[in-house]
Amino acid sequence: MQFTHEHREIQNTLKRFIDAEINPHVDEWEAAEQFPAHEVFKKLGNLGLLGLTKPEAYGGAGLDYSYGMAMAEMLGHIDCGGVPMAIGVQTDMCTPALARFGSEELKKEFLVPAIAGDTVGCIGVSEPGAGSDVSAIKTTARKDGDDYVITGQKMWITNSLQADWMCMLVNTGEGPAHKNKSLVMVPLRENGKLRTGIEVASKIRKIGMHSSDTGLLYFDDVRVPQRNLIGVEGAGFVYQMQQFQEERLWCAASCLHSLNNCIDWTVEWAQERKMFGATLADQQWVQFRLAEMKTEVEALRALTYRACELYVGGQDVLELASMAKLKAGRLNRIVADGCLQFWGGMGYTWENKVARLFRDGRLGSIGGGADEVMMGIIAKTMGVAKRKTA
Amino acid sequence: MDDLAIGAEDIAAIEDGVRRFVQTEVKPHLEAWEEAGEIPRGLYRRAADLGWLAMGYPEQFGGTPAPWSLRNAMTITLARTGGSGGLMASLFSHNIGLPPVVRHGSLALQQKVIPDVLAGRKIAALAITEPGGGTDVSALKTTARLEGGEYVVDGEKVFITSGVRADWLTVAVRTDLKNKGPMGISMLMVPGDAVGLTRSPLKKMGWLCSDTAQIRFDGVRVPVGNLVGEEGSGFKMILTNFNGERLSMAAMALGFSECCYDEALSWAQQRKTFGTALVDHQVIRHKLMDMKMRIESTRAWLNAVSARADAGDRGDKSAKGAEWVAQVCLLKNHATQTMQFCADQGVQILGGMGFMRGTACERIYREVKVMMIGGGAEEIMKELASRQLNV
Repeated sequence: MQFTHEHREIQNTLKRFIDAEINPHVDEWEAAEQFPAHEVFKKLGNLGLLGLTKPEAYGGAGLDYSYGMAMAEMLGHIDCGGVPMAIGVQTDMCTPALARFGSEELKKEFLVPAIAGDTVGCIGVSEPGAGSDVSAIKTTARKDGDDYVITGQKMWITNSLQADWMCMLVNTGEGPAHKNKSLVMVPLRENGKLRTGIEVASKIRKIGMHSSDTGLLYFDDVRVPQRNLIGVEGAGFVYQMQQFQEERLWCAASCLHSLNNCIDWTVEWAQERKMFGATLADQQWVQFRLAEMKTEVEALRALTYRACELYVGGQDVLELASMAKLKAGRLNRIVADGCLQFWGGMGYTWENKVARLFRDGRLGSIGGGADEVMMGIIAKTMGVAKRKTA
Repeated sequence: MDDLAIGAEDIAAIEDGVRRFVQTEVKPHLEAWEEAGEIPRGLYRRAADLGWLAMGYPEQFGGTPAPWSLRNAMTITLARTGGSGGLMASLFSHNIGLPPVVRHGSLALQQKVIPDVLAGRKIAALAITEPGGGTDVSALKTTARLEGGEYVVDGEKVFITSGVRADWLTVAVRTDLKNKGPMGISMLMVPGDAVGLTRSPLKKMGWLCSDTAQIRFDGVRVPVGNLVGEEGSGFKMILTNFNGERLSMAAMALGFSECCYDEALSWAQQRKTFGTALVDHQVIRHKLMDMKMRIESTRAWLNAVSARADAGDRGDKSAKGAEWVAQVCLLKNHATQTMQFCADQGVQILGGMGFMRGTACERIYREVKVMMIGGGAEEIMKELASRQLNV
């Protein structure tokens, strides 16, 4: 994939913004276990960074997916995982289906402000009883007059303690689990206050991603107009599976820069750290291990870029996106752990940047589709279990 | 060795006692202790009353001689049933702080220090690591100048477990200022209330309820009688001390691995995905078996190395002793890698729950790195082992 001058310009704009408006606050936001999403998103919206790949008619830049990738990669310049993830939800997880299948009215009502950075969105798929098994979600939306009445629970929802709306996967009918679901735009808050029937049951504390607010939400007979349905009723599962592809490519791209940073910081540390009359960087094992890890990151970059290139060219990249996500999750563990080891006791201290990456990165193999789900998809696209017909 | 003959009933008894203790006196409070960054001081008295602090120490100081097999049973059960790494590291920090005094201290010093600690009245900590060097112990810079019947200590120590509250610090100091290497090092007992001592707590990824300190010594004066053994013999003491520390860490790591396995198994048996329990998915079963395999090899190896220690192999200068040290090093690596594997796979099996505060796998995942770095980093274990084996 070739990055043009325009790609670099976008990355430079984002980098400058991160240096001025995000990184100086990361430690504070991590300690507070929250970041001011509305404030940050508005600033990003003003820079045109929340709608790079969205249609111009709604305030987007109408650029192809490679520009989204370029931005995702540069988000890794942020000194934590929580804030990039929250931004990624807005750009690549809760808006793609809306942009692709939503009605004009729906896009005007929800997509335009999201791109402008006036509202914060979230994606509501996972539930306490269903994470990997999306088809097993239990939240229902029954029709009553012109409304859907929604009852259920959503868990692990990024941005949900601040979000204005949720793109929610719900059961709208009886029938096969892959055909009875819909994506519905559900307003969560009005003027910052939760709407009737919506409760934040808990703010979930996690190993990492501290600056990102993660909620468990209860929905008790929550009304939304039926016109908030995205696309066709019953097609929600398929829409979500498609939406997941972009989410997974985003996940892979978003960790490239931070993994490189992790290795670079560790090289710097190793060159300074003295021991046995030499430095840590003089130890052969350290040199070889760092070389190995950098190789792995480059391999992931190549895989991610290839998937992106084919996607931009119009191909379905289900297999490659799943592979990239799988590898990204793995490297978030391997590289973070390998680097942390070389920091010794310092790597175990709370304030250490590599320690934070170690904690934040562990989510990579679980959220957005666990490693095992990725492997299941790949095995399926490979046709491994296909029975030979006689 | 007859008086140390331990039967299965002794082991079962201590395991039962530990299990009950964890259920009734630890689990209800652990989360609060982890948030507070310390365990209650009263816990030391409690552990002493239960006879656990005294295990492995000479009777003349209030100790109860106990073989490694018994001490390991206690350690493993405590870790397996829910005692956190931080709790164990701090509650038993005397097991790394006291041995130098036990082995080499003058009788007067032993009587001054040991009984109070074994009775749970005073807390003991070991202070070797410095900001400028952890792995490279022989290059330590904290000095102790002899001046009119006192040692005057200047320097800094970091990552000291129980260091914030310890009443007795076993400090590695350079007493021979002309010798920049290992032979210039001595061990000195410094009381926690000494003038010139400043201590500040360190925030860590895990072991949250263990009070870990950065310590500054600014002209701290201690009586010359607080020297442990002879000047210049500190480095050797440190090396011998490490063997016991590493054996204990291997036992802890085994217990934590089993804790992860237990939680992951229980979760996998009741959590449903795609219409069936997680254990009905082949890969999940295989993950559990991969954990079990590593747990069993760790257990077998720990038992073998501990049996040799109980039989007299203690890292003396003989070839057999050197080879035992190599075994301890590699065992520590194997045990902590097992813990890393089990914690990681446990988190993965638990899914989102594994990323959430409140599960054992989540806590243990955060405790892995200190086990793979502290007490001798993995890489150093390999170097030491290769030297002991004359590679």
